[in-house]
Amino acid sequence: MLQPWVVVLASFGYIGLLFAVAYYADRRARAGRSVIASPVIYSLSLAVYATAWTFYGSVGRAAHDGVGFLPIYIGPTLMILLWWFVLRKILRVSKLARITSLADFIASRYGKSALLGGLVTVIAVVGIVPYISLQLKAVSSSFQILFQYPDLVMPQESGTMPILQVTAFYVAMFMALFTIAFGTRHLDVSERHEGMVAAIAFESLVKLVAFLAVGFYVTYGMFDGFGDIFSRASRLAEVAPLTTPFEKEGTLASWAWMTVLSMFAILFLPRQFQVAVIENVDEKHVKTAMWLFPLYMFAINVFVLPIAFGGLLTFPQGNVDPDSFVLTLPMANHREALTLLVFIGGISAATGMVIVETIALSTMVCNDLVMPILLRIRRLNLAARPDLTAVLLDVRRAAIVVILLLGYYYFIAAGEAYALVSIGLISFAAVAQFAPPLLGGLYWKGGTRNGALAGLTAGFAVWLYTLLLPAFAKSGWFGMDVVQGGLFGIALLRPTQLFGLAGLDQITHAMVWSMFANIGAFVLVSNLGRQSAAEHSQATLFVDVFTQTGERGQQWRAATSVSALQTLLGRFLGPTRAAELFQAYATVRGLKSADELEADADLVGFAELQLAGTIGAASAHTIVATVAQEETLGLDEVMTIIDEASHVIAYSHELEEKQHELEAATAGLKAANERLKELDRLKDDFISTVTHELRTPLTSIRAFSEILYDNPDIDPAERHRFLGLVIKESERLTRLINQVLDLAKLESGLAEWRTADVDLREIVGDAVSATSQIFKGRGVAIEATLPARVPLVLADRDRVMQVMLNLLSNAVKFCSPQTGRVEVRLAEDAAGVRIDVADNGEGISREHQAVIFEKFRQVGDTLTRKPAGTGLGLAISRQIVARLGGRLWVQSEPGRGSTFSFTLPLAHNAEAARAAIAAE
Amino acid sequence: MPKSSRTGQRLFGLFLLGCLFFNYPLLVLFNVRTTLLGVPLLYAYLFAAWALLIVLVAMVMERSD
Repeated sequence: MLQPWVVVLASFGYIGLLFAVAYYADRRARAGRSVIASPVIYSLSLAVYATAWTFYGSVGRAAHDGVGFLPIYIGPTLMILLWWFVLRKILRVSKLARITSLADFIASRYGKSALLGGLVTVIAVVGIVPYISLQLKAVSSSFQILFQYPDLVMPQESGTMPILQVTAFYVAMFMALFTIAFGTRHLDVSERHEGMVAAIAFESLVKLVAFLAVGFYVTYGMFDGFGDIFSRASRLAEVAPLTTPFEKEGTLASWAWMTVLSMFAILFLPRQFQVAVIENVDEKHVKTAMWLFPLYMFAINVFVLPIAFGGLLTFPQGNVDPDSFVLTLPMANHREALTLLVFIGGISAATGMVIVETIALSTMVCNDLVMPILLRIRRLNLAARPDLTAVLLDVRRAAIVVILLLGYYYFIAAGEAYALVSIGLISFAAVAQFAPPLLGGLYWKGGTRNGALAGLTAGFAVWLYTLLLPAFAKSGWFGMDVVQGGLFGIALLRPTQLFGLAGLDQITHAMVWSMFANIGAFVLVSNLGRQSAAEHSQATLFVDVFTQTGERGQQWRAATSVSALQTLLGRFLGPTRAAELFQAYATVRGLKSADELEADADLVGFAELQLAGTIGAASAHTIVATVAQEETLGLDEVMTIIDEASHVIAYSHELEEKQHELEAATAGLKAANERLKELDRLKDDFISTVTHELRTPLTSIRAFSEILYDNPDIDPAERHRFLGLVIKESERLTRLINQVLDLAKLESGLAEWRTADVDLREIVGDAVSATSQIFKGRGVAIEATLPARVPLVLADRDRVMQVMLNLLSNAVKFCSPQTGRVEVRLAEDAAGVRIDVADNGEGISREHQAVIFEKFRQVGDTLTRKPAGTGLGLAISRQIVARLGGRLWVQSEPGRGSTFSFTLPLAHNAEAARAAIAAE
Repeated sequence: MPKSSRTGQRLFGLFLLGCLFFNYPLLVLFNVRTTLLGVPLLYAYLFAAWALLIVLVAMVMERSD
């Protein structure tokens, strides 16, 4: 039944079924009812991890060294426990920045560096090529073996190697077509592939079912359960040591490194990144996948050891390659249906890997390698082309073909010398190089672009030298001289025992050195260098993705138009899609149509993000830069900002000062206003007082005049007395008016001053003799004590005389007649010359002393006693003395008399006084 | 304590447990020529530990929401 045409027909039928699944999923997705929006489908799509390596290779490895195949699945089980932290973070960042691939992620993290993206792409392609060749080898071998049915002939022995190679070529080309049809069918080149994910999930089911079927058959059909197989196998000489593999030296280290290697692989294999991150529909699906995917791996591995030992028991001659036990065991027992199922399962495992891996790689090649180069070639003027979607698709299709061809050539060149697992591990070691820049970039803000470049280059170089070079040498592409003798014949540089590190298997050896170089260079260069502004902002975005709120900072300056942006987007996404996107954007913003949009920085950012989802962050950045200006914070701009800020600060300082001045002025004005009000009140008081004082003598004069007028026959003596009183009151009135005028003159500064050097002894003498008559009349004694000589003072003689007369008349007024005694003293003191006028009158109480110098203030009860003066004398005297540069004050106690004193400055130090007077 | 942080701590604890399970010295302890129901002890141990780990993760994850 298993004629070649049946095999080929079954293969094509199966692939047709896959297309049907993909078609159905795509149609459902377009209808908005996605089939892949399920945690189970997500977990099954992750199982693309299990490839032909798992399906055929694990058994081969197990037949060799027992549990040596297990770390490849235990590593991911451990890593998945950390997915809660790592994958969720990667997912969040990727959704935010619309990451399209692993290379895009790393490039984006380090400031959207096109160079880094290109390097990651090159490493990924070169590193994955052996892995793809593994799939080609497995599938073409399974074809060859099946074509020999019912005979069991290995391709290596049958002399059919050339035919195998031809088969491999056809398989490669067919897979390329297949992948192109799957991944690049639509003109919609967005990063998501719903149909592909559905098909992959379906394939994961098929390979699991096929493997479990053959496992059951071998364990329970051919043998009598696990115990039976293991106990029978342990009697084989080559199996016995396999049950205790850790007795062999180095196995433990190799086990540990293999675990680490596959921990990285589950995250950083381009196809795992594709299904786990890019194709992820909902972050919550990770939760279920965290146990369902390990469960899948557990299930597909349970029968590996029984099949391997069953194979060793069934084919004791060793003429059957253990890598093919899964297929050859049912074949040998002529289980044709099971054989076909296994064969289909193998195709599932291989095609699933090839499809996703090449789609992921072609996206990287297109977005991070070819497009940046094409966009930089100005002659092509690519960004100005009306529609680039076709170009993008062609680039991806070409990339798929080239990658598969590379895989084919690697198979020809190196594939034969290695078992399946060993080929795959070389690829694992290559993608492990992404761990330092990616994990470091996710948790360490200090990682720089140059650090990542240096680390990747160093790690990749070590990988090339220690793993790829020996692989080629072993296949005979070139001599073994370098491998055996070391580069330039230096033994220390032997690729498999670098710097003399021996005793490790090749993968462990390469991992030790490449990780050392990679991490070392990454950390060292990062710490030595500095980040650019773009790198810094991206680093913050990636590391702080969980704590960030709000939108990303604006990086664009709006210097473009909406239509220019839409046209640009249309070139890469198709005009219809671009119009749809802009319309949706406008709707979200609450606008009716896209015509109302403004080409602001937000819109430019939106356009960049949409482009990034198609052609990657680095290319999108380059393209958007052709129509919009980048917001670069150059030194000039920073200086401008600082300048502006300092201007503002200076200005606000000025304002503050002005405000202080204003406040001071306001306070001054307020005080002035208060003073004016006070003066106004004083003036009012003065006028009312003056009027009152004037009325008193006037009333007397009028009263006596009326008496005289009404009584013509009044007694002449009486008349004489009355007339005397009228004259006296008139004199008082005149004096009062004179004094008021005098005071007004003094206060307004209009008084005339005739200052000269005067001798005070003379003035005092004159004043005493002028008032001697009054003293005599009142019976008051006066005595003047004058020194023989006093210095001259600068003063107005008449004014000083006026003060003296005022003080003397006051003194005589308040002394009791007969016992009264006034003493005048003249003496020199520190302030100049001092004159005291002391009396032994009634004295002035302390509260009165303060007010007697004010106008119209007289001591004593003015109501009951007739005023003895005008009340202006002391006020005028104080004004005069002050104007002459001296001081007038009183010392007194009630009942002990009073002493009025004043000083006048000396002539030679009275320049200030003179100047003051002159200035008036 | 927020529930997600507790889940994170439990998972990290399981990660450490896994590292312990599949490493020196436990691996060497089970690396003996003994069988359990006919299955070499090391194989039985590895698969049992692996299964236990998966069950624990499933319990943590299904309880977390």
